[in-house]
Amino acid sequence: MSHHLVEVKDLRYTYPDGTCVLRGVSFRITHGEAVAIIGANGAGKSTLLLQLNGCLLPQAGAVRIGDFPLNKKTLPYVRRTVGMVFQDPDDQLFMPLVYDDVAFGPLNLGLPLEEVEARVVSALATVGALHLKDRPPYRLSGGEKRAVAIASVLSMSPSILVMDEPTSYLDPKTRRHLIELLQTFKHTLIIATHDLDMVLDLCSRTIILKDGQVIADGPTLEILQNQELLDSGSLEKPFRLQGCPLCGTKSDASE
Amino acid sequence: MHMADALISPAVGGAMWAATAGLTAYSAKKLRIDLDEHKVPLMGVLGAFIFAAQMINFTIPATGSSGHLGGGMILAILLGPYAGFLVMASVLTVQALFFADGGLLALGCNIFNLGFFPCFIAYPLIYKKIAGESPTPGRILLGAMVAAILGLQLGALGVVLETWFSGLSELSFINFLLLMQPIHLAIGIVEGVVTAAVVSFVWKTHPEILARAPSAPGAKAHSHKPLLIGLALFAVVAGGMLSWFASTHPDGLEWAVKGATGKEELEATKEGVHGVMGWMQEKLSFLPDYDFNKPNEEKAGKKEESWPDISAGKSLAGILGAALTLLLAGVIGFALRRYYSHSKG
Amino acid sequence: MAALMGNIESSLLNIGYLETLSYQQTPLHRLDPRVKLLTTLVFIIAVVSFGKYEITGLIPFIIYPVALIAVGNLPPGYLFKKILLAAPFAFFIGIFNPFLDRALMVQLGPVGISGGWVSFASIMIRFTLTVSAALILIAGTGFNAVCLALDKMGTPRSFVIQLLFLYRYIFVLTDEALRLVRARALRSFQGRGMGFKVFSYMIGQLLLRTLDRAHRIHLAMLSRGFDGKIRLLRPLQIHGRDAAFFLGWSALFVLMRWYNIPHLLGNAVAGLIR
Repeated sequence: MSHHLVEVKDLRYTYPDGTCVLRGVSFRITHGEAVAIIGANGAGKSTLLLQLNGCLLPQAGAVRIGDFPLNKKTLPYVRRTVGMVFQDPDDQLFMPLVYDDVAFGPLNLGLPLEEVEARVVSALATVGALHLKDRPPYRLSGGEKRAVAIASVLSMSPSILVMDEPTSYLDPKTRRHLIELLQTFKHTLIIATHDLDMVLDLCSRTIILKDGQVIADGPTLEILQNQELLDSGSLEKPFRLQGCPLCGTKSDASE
Repeated sequence: MHMADALISPAVGGAMWAATAGLTAYSAKKLRIDLDEHKVPLMGVLGAFIFAAQMINFTIPATGSSGHLGGGMILAILLGPYAGFLVMASVLTVQALFFADGGLLALGCNIFNLGFFPCFIAYPLIYKKIAGESPTPGRILLGAMVAAILGLQLGALGVVLETWFSGLSELSFINFLLLMQPIHLAIGIVEGVVTAAVVSFVWKTHPEILARAPSAPGAKAHSHKPLLIGLALFAVVAGGMLSWFASTHPDGLEWAVKGATGKEELEATKEGVHGVMGWMQEKLSFLPDYDFNKPNEEKAGKKEESWPDISAGKSLAGILGAALTLLLAGVIGFALRRYYSHSKG
Repeated sequence: MAALMGNIESSLLNIGYLETLSYQQTPLHRLDPRVKLLTTLVFIIAVVSFGKYEITGLIPFIIYPVALIAVGNLPPGYLFKKILLAAPFAFFIGIFNPFLDRALMVQLGPVGISGGWVSFASIMIRFTLTVSAALILIAGTGFNAVCLALDKMGTPRSFVIQLLFLYRYIFVLTDEALRLVRARALRSFQGRGMGFKVFSYMIGQLLLRTLDRAHRIHLAMLSRGFDGKIRLLRPLQIHGRDAAFFLGWSALFVLMRWYNIPHLLGNAVAGLIR
């Protein structure tokens, strides 16, 4: 069980230009949990995510992925365990064809060619993008790019999936498909997002970041109904909980 | 300006390709040695950047025409000579394949003219020497200007030499040179200013990028010898060639001018250019005895040799045959098209 | 201004269109890319090796582009337009020839044609042939396949990778450049705002965004285990038809280079007539 553990203890990070972004973040995520990390822009969500797969290394405090503490030596292990899907799929899909992008990870792991082929097909099938196998990435729509980006990470068989704003730029239908897809995943999910309605559908636990610190960590339903807490994090309730504009029912604290 | 396949002979094309292939392999090898994997995506996107930036233009004051970026110097400064060369080569390859800019055989020439000179000559010998390790905006501007101008002049000289050696254009060496060099001087000035602006911008915002660019091949830290030797060599070669060719192609300039423009007012320029040629010849004093106004017969005599003897009868048969061949080709093409679109189902 | 935005957009569309053409499944497209590349090179060398006054000997070479356009289902009008657009440099250098070479060369009845015009025509014919061959190579093969061919034929791997990355991100970056240009156009009036200062800011912006993007791509690569070496996984196989294509066309090119087909044809027909 412990190999799926994500443990962050008093994490601190300051960028080279002096901006102090993380001021002591701590939490513990266990196997199979789906956790949302929410907060205003600049609260430190993206920076936190980058720490989780070693793109950035902590300057103080510790990050533990499974059995291994995060440091330069354990990077290869961490990167195999944690799959990160970036905000802009164009940054993630850099190979000539979709097939190449999804095969990139497994090839780097040194897997034999038949295994690589099998993983590519299975990953693309999982996200429903197998028919896009031989297309170049710039010919894909936003939703297709997003799906392929996820596949490119899935093919490495990570046990933990970290995603940065997965529903941004998606049209409603595509967004719905993505949420349904993610609901089928058995991985540990850690999602940084502004899409609070998705959080309601997908994540049983929510962490609110404000100015580089955790100001709330608990069950989603509780947190997302706590207007005060949301206000202090410069957030709002999910749209679904804000009352119905048509039939006129108002939620508790809205004017 | 790019060389075109239409103006090149296989010998020249092949030779330049050999040179370019050698340089590419050399640069690739050098890169592998000090490659930090950050470079891979950086080179790719910087190439795309040059490509995209070339499509943004600006109006040049007082001329009303528009100018834009070439890119060789910027690449050399941001990436170092080896990576810069490879990126420039890749940009030119895409342009050749998709926009028919040049041609596939001439691509070797173009990569050499537009890649080798900025990255391996102008950058190490001029820019690095002037700008040094911690440049000020003034030094960046000066370095970029001189380097860009020199790089483009050499590139233009390359085009002239390649065209001349291929022998397909009637433009004599000196005429073509006099046509290309001034144009590329102007382009070089613009390029220098743009390069300086971009480099200063990067220096202010991301100085670590400039610090990371590897130093040029064989350039010693504080020795000016390579620069002086390079310039001296250039002067010798250029001066010698100019003088020699001027002496064997007299009046070519008047022909070009009259023929190309049909205007008489360029008489004055002719005087000016002659004057300059004479002055240059004196200064260089390699072939002090050349006379710019050799009589016409010599040129006519030279022409005599290259006139193949074609009789009228042969010409007619040739034209008839050509027409028939075209017709035949058209029929074959049409038939093929029909056949293949039918069999596609 | 509209012309300029048209420039960026049309460049994008151009590349995109040629790329689309390369996805077709015709017998031409199914050939091994290495073979197509080599045949194109042999073609270009053959064409370019003619003497400078040759015209009739060049004509039969048109069969190569014509056949490939037919079999590859490529649009002749579009290709012709592209050739015209690319013509200026060759044209403007070649056009000096008629003025500099006035010696009479060919007599067609009462009309005398100077050598300069003959060599100029030769240049333009060469141009059309070589440029169409290059365009057909891309439209009939696709850029990625050409890069793969280069890789398998010994081009340094880092250069091939560079080509692939460059191609991949051209669209992204020209998109960004286009957005900048549009933004500028909407806020400039009567030529103001088009000057150098704004231009250098735009280029600077574009460059910064480019550098940021390069950094993010680098992170994405590292996240998937990148260790400095890019592995390409695409096997290529030569079949009988590939070899036949290369050998057949090359033999034809050599034949057409050696014998002046139009002359032979013309003489034969003229002989028949008499």
